[in-house]
Amino acid sequence: MANEVILLDFWPSMFGMRTRIALREKGVEFEYRDEDLWNKSPLLLETNPVHKKVPVLIHNSKPVCESTIQVQYIDEVWSDKNPILPSDPYQRAQARFWVDFIDEKMYDAQRKVWGTKGEEQETGKKEFIELLKTLESELGDKTYFGGDDFGYVDIGLIGFYSWFHAYEKYGNLNIESECPKLIAWAKTCMQRESVAKSLPDSEKVIEFVTEIRKKFMIE
Amino acid sequence: MAEKEGKIKLLGCWASPFSRRVEMALKLKGIPYEYLEEALPNKSPLLLELNPIHKKVPVLVHNDKILPESHLILEYIDQTWSNNPILPQDPYEKAMARFWAKFIDEQILTVGFRSLVKAEKGREVAIEEAREKFAFLEKEVTGKDFFGGKTIGFVDMVAGSIIPFCLARLWEGMIIDVIPEDEFPELNRWIKNLKDIDCVRECIPHREKQIEHMMKVSERYKLA
Repeated sequence: MANEVILLDFWPSMFGMRTRIALREKGVEFEYRDEDLWNKSPLLLETNPVHKKVPVLIHNSKPVCESTIQVQYIDEVWSDKNPILPSDPYQRAQARFWVDFIDEKMYDAQRKVWGTKGEEQETGKKEFIELLKTLESELGDKTYFGGDDFGYVDIGLIGFYSWFHAYEKYGNLNIESECPKLIAWAKTCMQRESVAKSLPDSEKVIEFVTEIRKKFMIE
Repeated sequence: MAEKEGKIKLLGCWASPFSRRVEMALKLKGIPYEYLEEALPNKSPLLLELNPIHKKVPVLVHNDKILPESHLILEYIDQTWSNNPILPQDPYEKAMARFWAKFIDEQILTVGFRSLVKAEKGREVAIEEAREKFAFLEKEVTGKDFFGGKTIGFVDMVAGSIIPFCLARLWEGMIIDVIPEDEFPELNRWIKNLKDIDCVRECIPHREKQIEHMMKVSERYKLA
């Protein structure tokens, strides 16, 4: 069966990165289209009328929205290689719990680190580091969050790693000294081709954040 | 092979739609369980021990497995007990069900409760904004008996626990009608269909008690 896969995305989006990684893990050919979020394409608005957000995965003309839902969909459709979620229902629930946790807490916390100043930023920094420590404690001494194999939680979190240098620069943080195990985990993930190809260069992200800060006049 | 045997305990709250939807699923599948009522807003030591990260109900305990978060619990139940399936088999249909469930618990809850109660731009504006979101659900259920098709499913349990038997009671207390029948005929028809389903009917909280409860919750939320 012919598979036409299009991904509407935005290169610095840590959510888009999840879907890119999942597609590459499964060896799925896809067409990547970068969106200008300040001038959204008609296709984006048509395929995601509810949220008007990236990423949108379009598989044989059928759109799937929300990165976590996309990763699970990809795992279920291309189930013949590199399983992303565990097959055991309880382990699966645990993996999903941690990605839901990341979704609920990480975005807002990291936004405060680079996007605010003064007291709000200080509070944001504390929250952010605490979150990373909670995740680091969940990782423990395992290679990946799921154990020996790269999986759902790794995919859920690794995109944020491409933003770490930006957080360190604008938040005046040293993440490695706070969470050495997490940094080691990230470096292990970066050795996977699917991850290395899907994450943007840290320097480009710093440039992007610098531009955004100017745009919203965060000094 | 997942093991179905063993005891199920559910830590819940009579007024919580998140807890009620888990009960709907357990009843639909005919799974016996022991129910433990949490006297919220006070949180028991047991709750804090079982769900230290979020400290919320519901929490399902199946033998030695502890599961928080209603969506995760519903999927776990569906994968462990295969009778009367809750989620579709087809990956695309499943993705759509998950999408709507997320939309309901995030956006619908926000516009149906949070924004409405705070009404920062005034009540009329809040109601209009809520209706814009409900319009998506109206479209989604058009021409179907339930969101799940001919029988109830994941989205029906998520939407059914929140909209008619939780948010609607808040709206009654506030003397507003957010989804009037003339503007939302399909949603109103769906609500009538829901009330005919045993496992849903058995999980509807007492109307007056819940109106009182939702008014208290909204007062607390306003001051927060």
